[in-house]
Amino acid sequence: MAKRLVIGSVINVSTAPLRLVTPEDHSVVIQTSSQVPRIESETQLRSILATLSGVDSVGAEARVAKLATRSIKKSTKMAALDLAISMVDLTTLEGADTPGKVTSLCTKAMRPSPMDLSVPSVAAVCVYPDLVAHARSVLKGSSVAVAAVATSFPSGRASLNVKLMDVREAVANGADEIDMVIDRGAFLSGRIGQVYEEIVAVKQVCGNAHLKVILETGELVTYDNVRKASWIAMLAGADFIKTSTGKVPVAATQPVALVMLEAVRDFAETTGQIVGVKVAGGIRTAKDAIRYLVIVNETVGSTWMTPDLFRFGASSLLNDLLMQRLKQQRGAYIRPDEFSGD
Amino acid sequence: MTENNLPNSKLGSLQYDPAPESAAIAKLKSSYGLFINGKFTDPSKHEQFETINPATEKRLATISQGSTSDIDKAVKAARKAYDNVWSKTTGAERAKYLYRIARIIQERSRELAVVETLDNGKPIRESRDVDVPLAAAHFFYYAGWADKLEHAGFGNAPKPIGVAGQIIPWNFPLMMAAWKLAPALAAGNTCVLKPAETTPLSALLLGEILQQAGLPDGVVNIVTGDGVTGSALVDHPGVDKIAFTGSTGVGRLIQQRVATSHKRLTLELGGKGANIVYEDAPIDEMIEGIIDGIFFNQGHVCCAGSRLLVQESIADDVLRRLVRRVEQLRVGDPMDKNTDIGAINSADQLKRIKELVAYGEQEGATRYTSSCELPKKGFWFAPTVFADVSQSHRIAREEIFGPVLSVLTFRTPEEAITKANNTNYGLACGVWSEKGSRTLWTAERLRAGVVWANTYNKFDPTSPFGGTRESGFGREGGKHGLEAYLNV
Repeated sequence: MAKRLVIGSVINVSTAPLRLVTPEDHSVVIQTSSQVPRIESETQLRSILATLSGVDSVGAEARVAKLATRSIKKSTKMAALDLAISMVDLTTLEGADTPGKVTSLCTKAMRPSPMDLSVPSVAAVCVYPDLVAHARSVLKGSSVAVAAVATSFPSGRASLNVKLMDVREAVANGADEIDMVIDRGAFLSGRIGQVYEEIVAVKQVCGNAHLKVILETGELVTYDNVRKASWIAMLAGADFIKTSTGKVPVAATQPVALVMLEAVRDFAETTGQIVGVKVAGGIRTAKDAIRYLVIVNETVGSTWMTPDLFRFGASSLLNDLLMQRLKQQRGAYIRPDEFSGD
Repeated sequence: MTENNLPNSKLGSLQYDPAPESAAIAKLKSSYGLFINGKFTDPSKHEQFETINPATEKRLATISQGSTSDIDKAVKAARKAYDNVWSKTTGAERAKYLYRIARIIQERSRELAVVETLDNGKPIRESRDVDVPLAAAHFFYYAGWADKLEHAGFGNAPKPIGVAGQIIPWNFPLMMAAWKLAPALAAGNTCVLKPAETTPLSALLLGEILQQAGLPDGVVNIVTGDGVTGSALVDHPGVDKIAFTGSTGVGRLIQQRVATSHKRLTLELGGKGANIVYEDAPIDEMIEGIIDGIFFNQGHVCCAGSRLLVQESIADDVLRRLVRRVEQLRVGDPMDKNTDIGAINSADQLKRIKELVAYGEQEGATRYTSSCELPKKGFWFAPTVFADVSQSHRIAREEIFGPVLSVLTFRTPEEAITKANNTNYGLACGVWSEKGSRTLWTAERLRAGVVWANTYNKFDPTSPFGGTRESGFGREGGKHGLEAYLNV
């Protein structure tokens, strides 16, 4: 981008130091020369977290409320809907899951709308580790990744060995992405070194699989905790930080997403590492999804506007995205039965 | 996932298609008379002027210029209504009218928001989400007080003053009308309201709403016009009280004019609000707060946080984030629901902003101006931040009343207080810190009528608002706001 002098509308010719508007002024500047600090001790980790600014909850909530008033219309809406579809991790995490259910889900993931082949595939299907191999076989040859929730999802209440075994099996069965949970008990009791070390250990056994670290923000409760947990996960090597398991009453919220996006932005600016964000749980409507995309657009910008770095963990969201997409094309709503259940 | 030579991440890369609100909702008439004694009447001298849309410079409607004799008619109508009707109406009855007005404002909120944005140039998001809801909220709030005045702390049976002459500015036309009318009516006064010359439309629409609410004739009279009209109202011997919101210069003249009369006076004047940022402030919310503090309503806000005092240890980081955020502001068509910054209200105001900005440059401050494109027609000024500003610069001392922020630094809390208080004004300040004790220590020492902590430009009818020193006296809002309209 060419540098240009911005003089607005000045009536007098000025000799004062005007400032050039540079591309940096529009951007999150990613410092590729910087590095992620090596963490040697819990004390060191604590001292890094102590440099983080607090979050004012009233201000954070006011910011997302304002962004929620953005009116997304016409071609912007169409682009946003397609982008959101491509960012979905189509999820089933039930005790009643069967190979049949997973086959159905994978089929939908690859071709969300049989009526319209221009609809993109979703990013991934997300299942329990024992169904990874089956999902892998159905999705063979497609662009859709297999994500597995591991580490004694959702509570994470198991020994580290059991958690690592869980991850190893999922990876061995062909998982491309591992969604782990942090030890919230350890975090809330102040044992942040343990939280960090567990993530590092899981990252090691992930191999080439991408690691998403679930903070379970509904159990961390405060935005300050969300910011701290985000940094612990990123320092420990997370490829993604994820809000929720979807298994506790409070799942993803827009202020939590804002705080996590601010964390990945600041992390990229200080370390050069780009970490993705996944919001999961309770996102059911296209309207909600578009509001999240607006927050991404105006907080972290273009780099993150891709399925490689932003995801929606959801099940029923996909059909609403499809319905709104068709409504944009045809100008009228279509019967819900026009869309397959899963 | 690190790769070399990663490109910067461009904020706002997803462009939003225009999402304009419909101007037809305004249902504007071609011309408007004066609202006197419950009816819209022609001005006695048949003088008229035009009100324009500052975003397009197109004519919106023809407005009547109220003359001295029109003011006389309005004051007489208000006096008659006071003597015969309103002073004999019980508090509970007055409350019913106020509730009714509040509800009609809510019912017609979309229309009011559109009219306000067309006439003033402010973004529709703000008129829709701030101005109109707050106007309704003030009527609701003071409706509650109307039958409880003896519990307001002003004696057993506080009496109204009589006829109130109220002169309001162009920056929040409807909201200022509500701030003036609601407490006056609740306390039992009758009113003559003079809206600003450049923004009369929403007050005239409010006149229609008063008719719709069945408010007795003459209780509120609305006389449009310029400074001559306002001057006639100030000088009219039948007025018992003047309430003025506007510039300090005009406020000073009004105070001189009423000095030897029986008239009571409250003034809400200019400001040069200091927004004090300590190094432990919640940074992301603080940046948003600075933006809201100075760019809300294009900076046409008397309590705007137009001086940013930032602790030197974090000044570079704050400035970098601030400039980035300024670049992101969406400047343009005020009717677009996604617009953050609309048009400057008038050519005169734009001229004043440009003059002061030119001074800022000549005095050696570093100017950062958004590279946004400005529309060809209309009055526009791109959001601007001046860094390296000193206390002795004009842009640190004078109210610019536009989207221009002056950034100064300080080293210690004592220095912050000294700099914040080193002004003739005293309307509003902000304090940003995560440390409650420091916030309270700071707030205690600031000479300002309003101090916000970790927020800025938040208004609520339950909270008193007003200034000290050259920012005026008297309070609007809350229980305190009743005092201005009671004989206490």
